[in-house]
Amino acid sequence: MKRVNRFFWALAAPLAAVLFTLIFVSIILLMKGANPLSTFQLIASYGSQPENLVAELNQTVAYYLAGVAAAIGFRMLLFNIGIDGQYRLAIFIAAVVGGATNLPAFLEVPLIIITGVVVGALWASIAGYLKVKRNISEVISNIMLNTIASGLIIYMLQPGRFGLKGGLSDNLATPTIPKSGWLPSLHIMGGELYSFAFVAIAVGVLYWVVLNKSVFGFNLRATGMSFRAARASGVNAPRMVFITMALSGAIAGLTGMGELLSHTHTYSLAFPTGYALTGLALALLGRSNPIGIAIAAFFWAFLEQAAPALDLNGVPKEIVMMMQGTIILATVTSYEIVKRITRRQQQRLVGAAEAPRVDADAKGVKS
Amino acid sequence: MSVAIELKGIEKNYPGVVANHDVEITIAKGNIHAIIGENGAGKSTLMKILYGMVKPDAGTIAIFESPATIKSPQDAIGLGIGMVHQHFMLADNATVLENIVLGSEPMKAKVVVDYAKAREHLLNIIKTYGLDINPDDLVADLGVGVRQRVEIAKVLFRGAKILILDEPTAVLVPQEVDDLFKNLKGLTKNGLTIIFISHKLDEVMAIADSITVMRQGTTVANLVPAKTNKKELAEYMIGGELPSPRPATTKPREEKVLVVTNASANDRTGREILHSINLEIHAGEILGLAGVEGNGQSELIELIMGLVKPDAGSVVTVGLDTQDSTLREIRDHGVGYIPQDRQRDGLMMAATLWENRILGHQQTKPMSNGIWIDKGAAKSDSERIIKEFDVRTPSNAVLANALSGGNQQKFIVGREMSGDPKMLIAAQPTRGVDVGAQAIIWDHLIEARRNGTGVLLVSADLDELFTLSDRIAVIFRGTIVDYLDPRKTTPEQLGLAMTGEKIA
Repeated sequence: MKRVNRFFWALAAPLAAVLFTLIFVSIILLMKGANPLSTFQLIASYGSQPENLVAELNQTVAYYLAGVAAAIGFRMLLFNIGIDGQYRLAIFIAAVVGGATNLPAFLEVPLIIITGVVVGALWASIAGYLKVKRNISEVISNIMLNTIASGLIIYMLQPGRFGLKGGLSDNLATPTIPKSGWLPSLHIMGGELYSFAFVAIAVGVLYWVVLNKSVFGFNLRATGMSFRAARASGVNAPRMVFITMALSGAIAGLTGMGELLSHTHTYSLAFPTGYALTGLALALLGRSNPIGIAIAAFFWAFLEQAAPALDLNGVPKEIVMMMQGTIILATVTSYEIVKRITRRQQQRLVGAAEAPRVDADAKGVKS
Repeated sequence: MSVAIELKGIEKNYPGVVANHDVEITIAKGNIHAIIGENGAGKSTLMKILYGMVKPDAGTIAIFESPATIKSPQDAIGLGIGMVHQHFMLADNATVLENIVLGSEPMKAKVVVDYAKAREHLLNIIKTYGLDINPDDLVADLGVGVRQRVEIAKVLFRGAKILILDEPTAVLVPQEVDDLFKNLKGLTKNGLTIIFISHKLDEVMAIADSITVMRQGTTVANLVPAKTNKKELAEYMIGGELPSPRPATTKPREEKVLVVTNASANDRTGREILHSINLEIHAGEILGLAGVEGNGQSELIELIMGLVKPDAGSVVTVGLDTQDSTLREIRDHGVGYIPQDRQRDGLMMAATLWENRILGHQQTKPMSNGIWIDKGAAKSDSERIIKEFDVRTPSNAVLANALSGGNQQKFIVGREMSGDPKMLIAAQPTRGVDVGAQAIIWDHLIEARRNGTGVLLVSADLDELFTLSDRIAVIFRGTIVDYLDPRKTTPEQLGLAMTGEKIA
């Protein structure tokens, strides 16, 4: 009964948020003179075309990893806005290392992936160190580190350093990774799904198991919930904060890895920016739960894939951004409301539990 | 006898919970009337009703023998009811006069504050009621006792004839309590009526003219101190007989769980905060640590747990030299810790009780198995604590922040005693908990002592120190100034030692 109740409230929040968003966006559409129903239908039908679905799934994987990276930070009350810099520097150096080596595939692919993870972790740990040792907000240092990472990449991408002039475009790019460092794609629904998706799934499972089942995960969550209580319980809390920042960076280093290993095989400035904010938003929407983040990431990719179709049909495609923004605000609000409702329920139960036992005691002793 | 307050059939319901029902209280003018009860007995709800912060669902209120409806604190002040809150609401960087005037300024030509008039009014109050405060002192420079007098003067300045004091002694040391009581007597002599909310029975017996006991939201007894005693009051409060602590029959053992030798420690700025401390605790002994708060107690605890390393001397806790041991190692070696600030240092407030059971034991069996947490063990053992320590909660899946303070504390005490620790550091283990919970916690501390645990009991409650301790160490300005035998010392002597006076 209780379990059903909790399940209901966990689902009620996001559903209410989606409903609110649809109503709100409908009003905007009506004001613009567009038909809301046909607009939503357009988004749904365009987004669910098979070839689009595969593209959405590939994008989902990247968003998902950024979301998990942000979620790890959230568990420690860290706001890792540095995912952007961490991921781009990680992919860049992974591409350079991959392009410079030619090992057998079973070594080359892991080498590239591990390089990305290590670089992401190291870059994030600068912010972690400053936070723990110098008490500098990770938000400020990460924003700085993002800019520094951009500068570093542009500097190192110059021809004669690690970069080459691309063949067809004018984009600077790293040398192409040899075939042994390519990860095959799955051919489904007329598209190519990066097999890196399986790594992403494994990351999600590992995240959940480690956080919820292991002593390490307990220490991490305890430090996030109460730094002082964790410290008093024997946890080296500052070190835990540092490690969490590095772990968040490590996962950030996997973002975009599918693209590199299965599609571009080289790093160029065409790799998108802005994964930090998206990741943070998705972690919020998914309540730092891996399945929640996956659903949110897919929803995000779906909307973005469908956006261009709107323009073709006379509806501004910015309506998608509006939907994304509204849904974040609506979800955060509805989670807070649910939290209050469930807390009130619990306090009522506690109130009831405190009273009757006093009675029982009284009778027990007096008789 | 004229009546200041008459409450009849007061009732207040919150969804699912009855906060107050059938409350009947009559308070005579010029009396100190104490209202006592356990946490959650409905005292604060009742006071909020009287002060206009909560609207009652039923019942009548009469103030000075005329019916009254109190819809807001402004109404209450208008009727002459003033409230002195437990937590002071004073601006540190303003003078006493400025603080008192704030919010009810007498005006000159409706634009300028008439400080001359305000000062005259305040000096008048100070003289009439014998309150020892100086209008020009900066509040930041004042001690807790004086600040409380400022709060009282503030209420009187607004014309209060009835004063509600919410647990006024919780923040005071024994000498300050005496001063407060003298002031209260002075107030009643001049015709004021005082409602004194407390759960400290000694104080109530000492100061009150009449007593109302509340339990489970209602008034269960109206008494006068001359015709009752502490035991009876306690029984009315908990609705049963108070479990009295079983006397300690065992003797401390030879083996030492703590040896602190000439230990000194500096803070970050290099100032010495602990000076040449010598302290030993034997297995099966309770060592009380008495002292006015802020004399190095918290630093000493951190030193013993290895969070702070000694700058000179040595600290050996449960056989480990803290100089080269981590807190984790020391705790896993058998050290339990009941922190003074339970909500910040003792619990993850947003986590379930069973998760909180793991805290502190996350790296030892049975709470974990190698690298994995054992959820089943955590759940079943939290069930055990809930039963053994009478933690009142519907289940172990409730979040810690849903419980009342006393129940949180019982849970922490139960957790820290799990696995029979070699040593237990108990900092203010019964502060802010009601008599029922206090009795349970005391009983378990004695039980731990019998089982051979060495206990460091840091407490500001002299009654607690005398009841439980085998020896009492007195800490003053970062050093141990005296060791006392509780059987041969009076509370007055201990109080004196806490202020640094040497007992002859």
